[in-house]
Amino acid sequence: MSKINELFTSKINVINVGIELFKDDILAQNASATHLEWSPPGGGKPEIIAALNRIDKAELAEKIEAANRLAVEKIVNSQPVLIGFDQAINVVPGMTKKTILHAGPPITWENMNGPMQGAVMGALVFEGLAKDLEEAAEVAASGEITFSPCHEHNAVGSMAGVTSASMFMHIVENKTYGNIAYTNLSEQMAKILRMGANDDSVVERLIWMRDVLGPILRDAMKLNQDGIDLRLMLAQALHMGDECHNRNNAGTSLLIQALTPYILETDYPVEQKRAVFDFVASSDYFSGPTWMACCKCALDAAHGIEYSTVVTTMARNGVEFGVRISGMAGNTWFTGPAQKVIGPMFAGYKPEDSGLDIGDSAITETYGIGGFAMATAPAIVALVGGTVDEAIGYSRKMKEITTTENQNITIPLLNFMGIPTGIDIRKVIQSGILPIINTAIAHKEAGIGMIGAGITNPPMEAFEKALITISEKWA
Amino acid sequence: MSIKVVIKRNTYFDSVSLMSLSTKANQIEGVEQAIIGMGTEMNKGVIRNVGLMTPEVEEATAGDLMIIVKTTSADQTESAYLAVEELLTNKNKAQAKSDIKYATIDSAAQGIPDANFAVISVNGAFAVREARKALENDLHVMLFSDNVSVEDEVELKTLAHEKGLLMMGPDCGTAIIGNTGLCFANAVRKGNIGIVAASGTGSQEVSVRIHDFGGGITQLIGTGGRDLSKEVGGIMMLDGIKALDADEATKVIVLVSKPPEASVEKKVLAQIKECSKPVVVYFIGGNEEAVVAAGGQFAKTSKEAALKAVLLAGIDEAGINKRALNIPLVEEVRAKLAPEQKYIRGLFCGGTLCDESMYLAMEKFDNVYSNIQKNPDFLLKDINVSQEHTFIDFGDDDFTNGKPHPMIDPSSRIDRFLQEAKDPSVGVIVMDFVLGFGSHEDPVGVMLPAMIEAKQLAEKEGRHLEIIGYVLGTDLDTPNIDEQVKKLIDAGVTHASSSTNAGLLAREMVLKGENHE
Repeated sequence: MSKINELFTSKINVINVGIELFKDDILAQNASATHLEWSPPGGGKPEIIAALNRIDKAELAEKIEAANRLAVEKIVNSQPVLIGFDQAINVVPGMTKKTILHAGPPITWENMNGPMQGAVMGALVFEGLAKDLEEAAEVAASGEITFSPCHEHNAVGSMAGVTSASMFMHIVENKTYGNIAYTNLSEQMAKILRMGANDDSVVERLIWMRDVLGPILRDAMKLNQDGIDLRLMLAQALHMGDECHNRNNAGTSLLIQALTPYILETDYPVEQKRAVFDFVASSDYFSGPTWMACCKCALDAAHGIEYSTVVTTMARNGVEFGVRISGMAGNTWFTGPAQKVIGPMFAGYKPEDSGLDIGDSAITETYGIGGFAMATAPAIVALVGGTVDEAIGYSRKMKEITTTENQNITIPLLNFMGIPTGIDIRKVIQSGILPIINTAIAHKEAGIGMIGAGITNPPMEAFEKALITISEKWA
Repeated sequence: MSIKVVIKRNTYFDSVSLMSLSTKANQIEGVEQAIIGMGTEMNKGVIRNVGLMTPEVEEATAGDLMIIVKTTSADQTESAYLAVEELLTNKNKAQAKSDIKYATIDSAAQGIPDANFAVISVNGAFAVREARKALENDLHVMLFSDNVSVEDEVELKTLAHEKGLLMMGPDCGTAIIGNTGLCFANAVRKGNIGIVAASGTGSQEVSVRIHDFGGGITQLIGTGGRDLSKEVGGIMMLDGIKALDADEATKVIVLVSKPPEASVEKKVLAQIKECSKPVVVYFIGGNEEAVVAAGGQFAKTSKEAALKAVLLAGIDEAGINKRALNIPLVEEVRAKLAPEQKYIRGLFCGGTLCDESMYLAMEKFDNVYSNIQKNPDFLLKDINVSQEHTFIDFGDDDFTNGKPHPMIDPSSRIDRFLQEAKDPSVGVIVMDFVLGFGSHEDPVGVMLPAMIEAKQLAEKEGRHLEIIGYVLGTDLDTPNIDEQVKKLIDAGVTHASSSTNAGLLAREMVLKGENHE
């Protein structure tokens, strides 16, 4: 029996695209119909639709599908394990004493926004490359300093992402594929380097982190031969109400619980160990960078698969939002302007005080947590200005633009749906749905720090540029 | 007894999920015992106690998921284990469908496994891509959108044909599939007559007449207006005929179209020859001989097509009210019209309804103009100015560009009507009012004030203005057909009982002496 004759004898079940009245008429006749929340692909731009059509050609589409299957398989199967802590100069590829890594796509000193410049100046004072902030600005502009994105050194950095040679880094190894990812340590408070603050209190804390916190963590992990399985811990943290980008209460408890026995076994004085525990207890953000490195580790494994349209990096430098896709190996960035972050502010600050979206922390959304897993963290929907229903809606909506669900990490509230995994630029552009990112807001001026948190999206432009490029290159 | 043990390393499930999974797993056919749990010391203790301990289980750590399935016979183990796996890769089927919103055809088709059809009415610039996506997802397509190129139409229909799917359209406004009317359609009873139509209102009219004569419809397949062009080659009509031929419920097939391009007509006629069921062919202005030679039943008008179809379908002719033309009324109106009132002005929403009245007029007059005339000599020079006998299709692109279809937005037809009603050379204005799904909620009502005003004005000027109204609909349609007809009659409008009769009345009323039949 032909498919048409099958249709004649079965119940009609319609997907309606366009005029909603048609759906109502079908429902009125007791047939099934679903109305699409459709918008023109690529915002209706003819050149974008042409590019979509080019990569839709059967032969290429099959290559892309296969490449994307492989990419998400690698993301899902990656098993990032925290194996240690050490100073950047000792472990991060390409790190030198005069290198400053920063968040987002490449940017020059003069183009950096306030918070990033502030963080760079603070880091130069911290490293002893300048005696004060004034001199630091001169040094930064002198051409002696190498600025480079964290992402181009297997690393990620939260907010400004400023990472210098003597900072201690997480070392996260992918037990499945062997690659390593790095990120520095949380500074905890609001007035901190990564938020663009750089006064004495900030530099002093960095020094304590270099001289006490870092060494204790390093030596504690030396005692832990197995490492700490971050994917497993992440899955547990999500079940405990974190989304692991803006809420880290559970993850931080789990992480310090795993570290504590080894910290106790180190030979440092009790008051220093005590100071470490107090520091960790001072903010639940302690594990935030840990999850970023975990995500980076999984996504790097999936980077560089020919013909894959899966996004492996979303990162912002405060001026530009940059995207990398698996099929464009190496450091090919597609950028658009960084967006405003909309959300509640600390008392005394107004939206016009906000710096634009900044940081590598969107690596969490790239992996499928953070904004993508909002449904796991009903406790913080207020922080990102939404309702619980909205939070659930976000997680569902992100399925529209992803390739698969990661069954290793699930969302209880959505019937244990796996986190939406493998953002596909084709789906982003076809649906008009942008990845949702929840993030902190830094003051636009250097030296102040965090002033709120909220929700933002990448600029569509970055995805469109990527699409145009691959459609010309591959088709 | 047979045991299968699988340890999934570093795979985390919370204990509550695992308990419920274990419960479900123990209900799987053939499973004597199933244990699904993380490799904690406590769980291992339980496994030891029930005597299922194995070296692998001993090795498992708290981060590993253990699946242990014990079945009575060895040949059940694998299938039982697969059933457990199925539970683990829980597919969230439990979610209420109503609160899930989809943004793309791909995601909707994936999320709604029972979906079998896509109705697409987005702007033509985007419609082709969406239709292709729908076909790729094995959905039958009704493409309401127009402004789609012929090349794209051929590509879509070729793809649909290869996949054995319906590709109705582009520019397909009417279909009834499985008794569900889509877009512009009427509520007609279920029956044994199948329709394939390249014209929307033409197929609506035939379906409504069939209903009026006591018959009913199995399927009404729309093809889109260009299907029978040389470029498209009748792909959808040919597949439609084949499908209805193979459909057990269909006893009679009716084809509705403007005359096909010659080479395509050959193909269609060849298909009719192949067909095991009687086929009634209503090709407006078509060639009777060729149809008859192919074994088809030729119909000159929509009414005749419906009548032939119901008789072939087994309806008793004695019980049919054929709604004959009201000859005394024609005589009466002729007497009222002044000698200079020579012309018909047809103002139509439905293209085929316009065509039908126009062709009937062309049988008697050689000065019939229109915005949709095939012969360029009789195309209106200015679509906003009538010449002699003029028939306007307000659904044509000239009038709909950037505006809703006249069935939805009647404003341009109202303006034009008032303009025609003032013309002293006009004897008859004929109009259609389409009811049913997708139509205006009160098509007669919106035209009523203008009709009353025009009648009064003509009376003041001492001339008779004859307005003929045809209401296309059934007793099952919304808005109510009797109420719509009553509004016409109360306003002094002549009510025609069919598209065919509307055309005949108009033509006969303006005939002057020498042309009388």
